Amino acid sequence: MPDGRAANAKATSRAPRVEEPRRDSQRLGGLDKEKLHELLSQMLLGRRFEEKSAESYALGKIGGFCHLYIGQEAVAVGAMSVLRPDDYVITAYREHVQALIKGLTPREVMAELYGRVDGCSKGKGGSMHLFSAEKNFLGGWGIVAGQIPLGTGVGWAIKYRDEDRVCLCFFGEAAVNQGAFHESLNMAALWKLPVIFLVENNRFGMGTAWERASSLYDIAQKAAAYDMPSAVADGMDVFAMRAAVLEAVDRAREQRTPTLIEARCYRFMGHSMSDPVHGVYRTKEEVEEAKQKDPIRIFIDQLREQDLLDEDELNELDARARAAVEDAAEFAEKSPEPGPEELYRDVYAQEDVRGWLYFDRKDRLE
Amino acid sequence: MAVMTYREALGQALAEEMERDPDVFLMGEEVGVYQGAYKVSKGLLDRFGELRVVDTPITELGFAGLGVGAAMVGLRPVIEFMTFNFSLLALDQVFNSAAKVRYMSGGQFKCPIVFRGPTGAALQLSAQHSQALESPYLHFPGLKLCTPATPADAKGLLKAAIRDDDPVVVMEGELLYALKGEVPEDRELLVPPGTAEVKRPGSDVSIITHGKMVHVALQAAAKLEQEEIDAEVLDLRWLRPLDIEAALATVYKTNRVVCVEEGWPYLGVGAQISTLIQEEAFDYLDAPVVRVTQADVPMPYSKNLEKLAKPSVERVIAACHKVLYR
Repeated sequence: MPDGRAANAKATSRAPRVEEPRRDSQRLGGLDKEKLHELLSQMLLGRRFEEKSAESYALGKIGGFCHLYIGQEAVAVGAMSVLRPDDYVITAYREHVQALIKGLTPREVMAELYGRVDGCSKGKGGSMHLFSAEKNFLGGWGIVAGQIPLGTGVGWAIKYRDEDRVCLCFFGEAAVNQGAFHESLNMAALWKLPVIFLVENNRFGMGTAWERASSLYDIAQKAAAYDMPSAVADGMDVFAMRAAVLEAVDRAREQRTPTLIEARCYRFMGHSMSDPVHGVYRTKEEVEEAKQKDPIRIFIDQLREQDLLDEDELNELDARARAAVEDAAEFAEKSPEPGPEELYRDVYAQEDVRGWLYFDRKDRLE
Repeated sequence: MAVMTYREALGQALAEEMERDPDVFLMGEEVGVYQGAYKVSKGLLDRFGELRVVDTPITELGFAGLGVGAAMVGLRPVIEFMTFNFSLLALDQVFNSAAKVRYMSGGQFKCPIVFRGPTGAALQLSAQHSQALESPYLHFPGLKLCTPATPADAKGLLKAAIRDDDPVVVMEGELLYALKGEVPEDRELLVPPGTAEVKRPGSDVSIITHGKMVHVALQAAAKLEQEEIDAEVLDLRWLRPLDIEAALATVYKTNRVVCVEEGWPYLGVGAQISTLIQEEAFDYLDAPVVRVTQADVPMPYSKNLEKLAKPSVERVIAACHKVLYR
């Protein structure tokens, strides 16, 4: 299959520029126009969703911590484009877009951000804790690196049941310094678990640049410590991401071998909505320069060069993304807040016990 | 009834549940080839193979989290901590993942996992290896916790814990593993969550306790009997859910309470029990509740100091005298 896996995942630091139009089977990962437009739609939806989130946050409709994905869309869209619906995805707290790609509706994700009962987690999780058991989207975790052992455990369960699924585990580059990362990679390699560890290196752990946080710059090299295959991919290029992850997914599915992939990308926004976009830790110029490599712009250019996208089509796809996001916000606005009866619901699966499980609300326990 | 040790009872519970349910597996340090640091899992590797009896590297945070992830997608892991002292490295996964995933996901994911191993002090293992850690675990809603004191309870509690759909912490006693007792040969022997047991009925004073301290309380009660003091010993067995009915019943009966625990006093189990008693049964008390705990210091190594630090039969007797104004 002459598709994206032929591309050298390690090579690209910017979008591959194709000089001459090639045969359809050779160009753009061998994907047909319909699939390419689907990927573009996902990227646009992710971008518009996050823009709307920022707007709603500013209006006080979304509370707490809210971490936006703007600038990193190619990572999730490219990586997840090679998964099957029954594959698992687990990630950290900058996860709105992964949730959408995995098939959660913009409505249920936005309602969760609004803290409403129709949210995917019934309003109990919020921006950082999106989940869908039905879509095999396992969260949505708020402690840096906390999801890495969990994803490893999902890989363990796949092996235990002798299935051919995989678990794609996302985390930021700052998580790599946590013990949980190293403990997980060791177990995954030792026991041959079908997990793809995907580092989204967006350059900053909050305000600390990667080179100020790690003695080793190349994250992929850390895989050598666990005798694990690794790759570096251009996280601003959806095809590079797709190629790198496809190779890893094939290896995981066929040989149950984990892979560490470093996706080099850039966060266009502040760490969370409470943080400045630039300032003490990076300059405005640096951010503006990075934005020149906007992954959506790169993707659109690639499609145009191959005559696979015209202006009307782009406008149409973007209009659809905007409409979906507006609809989601309207839906979230109208969705009720969870009732007080929800406060003590979902703490335990088995509550039909003698004695007290809770030590405050005596009245409801009697 | 068969007579067996506490460790054999735990091993039997594991074996029976692994036979009953193919989703149950045991994972931890030295559980397989070595046959268990305390031989609880003796023979299980041969019977169930290395996919179900898994020797881990020394990587507590990692394998605790691995267990939680596996539980989220439907397996029923039993995670053994060689001792709960080492579980301190794993607490992010226990407190932040296992205890919260159901709630944060709006009820979508259950987490049927057991964390088990010995809690409390053995002999002269000094500060880092002699800690009764019930209290920190009890602080977090989402977890359940039980503490078997006898071989029969060891089997019944562990089996109930494995079958529970919530994360359950089973805290065993390092010095109890060799304890022998009668254990029903019932594969359905379950001690359901929230069921305490009166281990010795009495009418003059109630000693409310759990785990290894049940035996200290029973010894104290035997000595008090010589003074014609009839002490009741209530073994809570489950600390969350807590059998409040049983705790109040003994207060109504004797009107005098001594809480005995192996852990430290500050925010300890006895502090919680005394609060509940003064809230629920203040008028039934004939004396303030008295607590017997470990001294509020890290455990010393020296034999004489260690003895001073631990709750003892003598201190329990003195506490009973105090609530009886004798």
